[in-house]
Amino acid sequence: MTDAVNPPTQYAPPAPDPVAALSIRGLYKSFGQKRAVDGISLDVPVGSFYGLVGPNGAGKTTTLSMATGLLKPDAGAVAVHGIDVWARPLEAKAQIGVLSDGARLFDRLTGEQLVVYAGLLSGMDRPTAVSRTKDLLQLLDLQEAAGTLVVDYSAGMTKKIALACAMVHAPRLLVLDEPFESVDPISAANIRDILGGFVRGGGTVIVSSHVMDLVQRMCDHVAVITNGHVVASGTVDEVRGGADLEDRFVQLVGGRRVQEGPEWLQHS
Amino acid sequence: MVAALVRLRLLVLRNSLKRSIGQLIAVIIGGLYSLFVLGMVIVGLFALNLAPVEIVRTVVVLAGSVLTLGWAILPLFFSVEQTLDAPHLAVYPIPLNKLLTGLLISGVVAIPGAITMIASVFTFGSWLRMPGIAVLALLCGIAGALLCVMLSRAVTSAAAGLASGRRFREAAGILIFIPLVLLGPIIVGVTSSLRHSADALPSLGDAMSWTPLGAIWAIPSQVALGDPLGAVLRALIGAATIAVVFLVWRWGLSRSLVTPVHAASKVRAQGKLGLFGLLPATPAGAIAARCLNYWFRDPRYVRQLVIIPVIPILFWFYSSLTHFHALLLWSGPMVAFLLGVTLIADVSYDSTAFVLHVSKGVPGRADRWGRASAVLTFGLPAAVAVTLITAGISQEWMLVPGLLGLAFGLLLGGLAVCSVTSAVLVYPAPAPGDNPFKTRPGANTALLGSTFLTWGVLAVVTAPEIVLLVVNVVTGQLLWGWIALLVGVVLGPISLTIGVRLGGGILDRRAPQLLMQLQKDA
Repeated sequence: MTDAVNPPTQYAPPAPDPVAALSIRGLYKSFGQKRAVDGISLDVPVGSFYGLVGPNGAGKTTTLSMATGLLKPDAGAVAVHGIDVWARPLEAKAQIGVLSDGARLFDRLTGEQLVVYAGLLSGMDRPTAVSRTKDLLQLLDLQEAAGTLVVDYSAGMTKKIALACAMVHAPRLLVLDEPFESVDPISAANIRDILGGFVRGGGTVIVSSHVMDLVQRMCDHVAVITNGHVVASGTVDEVRGGADLEDRFVQLVGGRRVQEGPEWLQHS
Repeated sequence: MVAALVRLRLLVLRNSLKRSIGQLIAVIIGGLYSLFVLGMVIVGLFALNLAPVEIVRTVVVLAGSVLTLGWAILPLFFSVEQTLDAPHLAVYPIPLNKLLTGLLISGVVAIPGAITMIASVFTFGSWLRMPGIAVLALLCGIAGALLCVMLSRAVTSAAAGLASGRRFREAAGILIFIPLVLLGPIIVGVTSSLRHSADALPSLGDAMSWTPLGAIWAIPSQVALGDPLGAVLRALIGAATIAVVFLVWRWGLSRSLVTPVHAASKVRAQGKLGLFGLLPATPAGAIAARCLNYWFRDPRYVRQLVIIPVIPILFWFYSSLTHFHALLLWSGPMVAFLLGVTLIADVSYDSTAFVLHVSKGVPGRADRWGRASAVLTFGLPAAVAVTLITAGISQEWMLVPGLLGLAFGLLLGGLAVCSVTSAVLVYPAPAPGDNPFKTRPGANTALLGSTFLTWGVLAVVTAPEIVLLVVNVVTGQLLWGWIALLVGVVLGPISLTIGVRLGGGILDRRAPQLLMQLQKDA
């Protein structure tokens, strides 16, 4: 059921689904003249591994920011496990772990301090924060660098420590914006295993990515976003409809040009 | 190839000017000022025609030495133009010698290089009485200016690994700040000692003429003084200097083309929680621990810590200069005031890392308490210590209770007011890891309004302490000072509580907007 979403004209969307892990209804956001998110509705079932794909500038990050209480929507409703994110932000945020793409970290702390800090900010006591930090650092293979300032981390290590910060308060829903960018293949595989385990344990994961291959292998659900609209959503098999996800994506989004480049670039 | 590099340099300059009118105006003003200085230098050099040869020699050798030294040292502290940096050019197949020539000429074409070159060439102007010497001076001027440019290139490329290390850059950024703040006292001190030791200058110039820094500049006057042998020796020193500097530069450049810079980092074991293990395990306590870490680790904060010792020194200097000895006593309240209002930049300094606070749903009040209490832990002892120490130095204890009361009021009141303003407004601040003295375009106008507003409200909040202290000074009755202390101790915490609650409430509502602004500024 690849349902095309017609741009709704009215701003009174139906109520979000209280059973879904994340339910978005009629979300709009404009920056100046540009409609970054133009009426997105989406349901992420509990226990799903959900991929959000789309070209650069499609509105993935904006959608995820609004879904996690980081950016106020112009219109629309968001619920996480039935809790309205914009009416009861503190309760909703306790359910969500966020990895923001491109945001800085408090990088003058050591990796260990940063994760403990994130834990204490979520309101847990110190022994819990410290022991969970230890587990997470071990899980993400960062024990060696635990005492190093985050500013001196490589890009991949920084991604991993940010993931640890997102997971430390045991959220039911993980929202990860480009979690695999600049992560080496081995770390990426490890992170995939961790996220898989998280889903099997009853959690829900949403990842945004441009790497179709990864999404096809890893996710069970996928939504394709372009120009602020959802053009297809459902299980991965439904969306790709027998074809390769990448081909289907290109077909949905368009804009592919077949060119061989100028003559002087051909050496044979 | 050489011409292409020079053209690239000029193109980058032109495009960077086209990008913003503000920058263009700043460059024009800077350019006019440099032209003015350059004009004065040229006039001065021509005026030296009227002076005896010995004086010309002393002036030119000393000024030339200082100029050369400046070119060697300053690039370590300020990153000069980045466009023609080795890492940017490493991907292109440019022969090393052409690269060197191109970089040298583009250095001369850039504004500082051009000014140095013109001023150096005009040293011929002091020798109108002896045309032969004038030609020699012209040649030596060109050589001296080229040495300057080469020296700065050699120093930067040789020290590339060092200067691009985070720790070094940060330490240098702070160290340069102290002399800058104390520039006034330093200038006064140097000029007065120069006035006393004017007789020593010729022999200093003579000594400098034998060093690599001053040798080239001394050649013409040596000939004019009728000492061709000395001139030849100095020419040899100068030539050797240029050769060595060139080789060092060449070596550094060829090395940096194949070994890109990367920062070394220490790897330590886990288990060191530091302040996170000591302060209360609440969101506010954690934020206080994090802020304290930043206050002592991040150059943008350390720069503000430096004012604690610098303010008393400045006040002591100006009080002894003007014989207004009471000035020193006000260092304590001044330090308290400056530390209190620093909080205005706190969220802006977080930059987008603030997203962690928003995504974890930190209550606004906890955020405000954490940030304010971090400043209090060191600000309060510092303000009290500075007040007591300056009172001890000036042997004046009468005003101490009133000054302490005012310091309390200013520190806690400043934190209170900034807890509100920093929840309403963020501005483009230097990003973490940037030079702490970098001002971002648009920062000043945004900051100016909120700063004045903050100061105005702070003046109202601390009015009782101010009035009581004034009464104390006028009447000379100690009782008023004690009342001011009492008022400060009671009123300060009350205003801080109000500020934190008000600011926390605003932050709860506005955190997403602040975050959006921070992302825009980042």
